[in-house]
Amino acid sequence: MSDIQNLITIVMVTLGTFFMFVGSWGIVRLPDFYSRSHAVSLSDTLGILLILGGLMVYEGFSLNSAKLFIALVFMAHASPTGSHAIARAAFRGGLKPLFTRTENREK
Amino acid sequence: MNSFFVYISVILAIIILIPFYRIYKGPTIYDRMLGAGAIGTKTLVLICLIGFIYGRFDMFLDITLAYAVLNFIGVVAIAKYLNSIRGNNE
Repeated sequence: MSDIQNLITIVMVTLGTFFMFVGSWGIVRLPDFYSRSHAVSLSDTLGILLILGGLMVYEGFSLNSAKLFIALVFMAHASPTGSHAIARAAFRGGLKPLFTRTENREK
Repeated sequence: MNSFFVYISVILAIIILIPFYRIYKGPTIYDRMLGAGAIGTKTLVLICLIGFIYGRFDMFLDITLAYAVLNFIGVVAIAKYLNSIRGNNE
């Protein structure tokens, strides 16, 4: 039973770290603010859900697991909300999206 | 299993260094805020893993919850503040 828990934890935490790396790489490589926001919001949310879920499986059925579940549910709601708030502030502040590759390119 | 958490913590600490490029070089202030939020999310996971490494997970988990709430409130507050000031996308 413990070996199965360890295996599930290793797989989920490694996958979550991979998605966090993808989000960090996307925030550096993409050319526009809105595409960067897209990359980092989705990848970070999935990564933190996978990592906290893996730690929940490793911890077992206890009070710490319940606290981890509370943190997981809170982050699943808070991370897209914060990203959406920043993107809406940028849109209302007058930041234009990147439509073509030649004009308004910022790098 | 403890060494696995140590490896993941080291990899995550290296991943945290990547958005600092966008914070340093970002053309608008929204890019910098996005990078700061990404660093906060990754730091939350790093605090969880450090709690597992030290074996005192019950203490570090409360720190994780408080850090998550503070990160979210900080991001939303700065977004509302930037929303109240028009046309400062430099």
